Amino acid sequence: MSMMNIFNVAGSAVSAQSQRLNVVASNLANADTVAGPDGSAYKARQVTFQTQLMGTMGGDAATAGVTVSNISEDQTPGRRVHDPKHPSADAEGYVTYSNVNAVEEMVNMISASRSYQNNVEVMNTAKSLLLKTLQMGN
Amino acid sequence: MLDRLTSSIDFHGQALSLRAERQRLIASNIANADTPGYVSRDMNFAQALKDATGSQALRVGTTGRLDTTQTGHIAGSGATPGQANLQYSSVSQTSLDNNSVDMDRERASFVDNAVKFEATLRFINGNVRTMLDAIKGQS
Repeated sequence: MSMMNIFNVAGSAVSAQSQRLNVVASNLANADTVAGPDGSAYKARQVTFQTQLMGTMGGDAATAGVTVSNISEDQTPGRRVHDPKHPSADAEGYVTYSNVNAVEEMVNMISASRSYQNNVEVMNTAKSLLLKTLQMGN
Repeated sequence: MLDRLTSSIDFHGQALSLRAERQRLIASNIANADTPGYVSRDMNFAQALKDATGSQALRVGTTGRLDTTQTGHIAGSGATPGQANLQYSSVSQTSLDNNSVDMDRERASFVDNAVKFEATLRFINGNVRTMLDAIKGQS
């Protein structure tokens, strides 16, 4: 049943997108964290998607799922604010915040949520088609 | 005799499995909508169906099917029908990550294919019902 593979494909995409949503959530949660005792603040994380061939006999080119190949940290320096009274201020009176860009993360979140919905709809359609196929000849 | 009874259903059966194949293909495209470098693919359905149901002798290589050179030979259907008809879809709007999935087009193709899949199913059901009615007669 080749249609059964649709659930694997769309399922892999759904889990990859939910991982992306997770990363976005942790980035947004840490948007305002300041540098700790070690001097480095939270670094924004980003997922990278990769095509994963699946299906019978070692993967056939027509059945391509998706997987998260790695999660990378954004290495740009964090925002520095002059606030000498802040308990985490360094010797020069600067506080280092995390390098999360809230606007970018919101866009990322909407994109992930749209892709998630698309894949759920794919699964629903495949399910109803399969159910109708099962009732063939009735 | 039985062959003639089911030949029409055979045709729709081939069409149904090709539709399932195409559905899977479009699902892969939608799943990889955010994968960098992924190239969207689609199937030339008319050609694939012609290849899968054609009665003339077909050469191995162009379609992946077995050649029939004598009258007694049975035309082998390739393991994956339509595999030879996979084509890359052209990019309508280029993106920075070289991904060529156009979500609007894929969604439209997906729904289109789902409707045609159901249509094929109804053809099969109608055929089966006709045959059953003929077998049962007036009872």
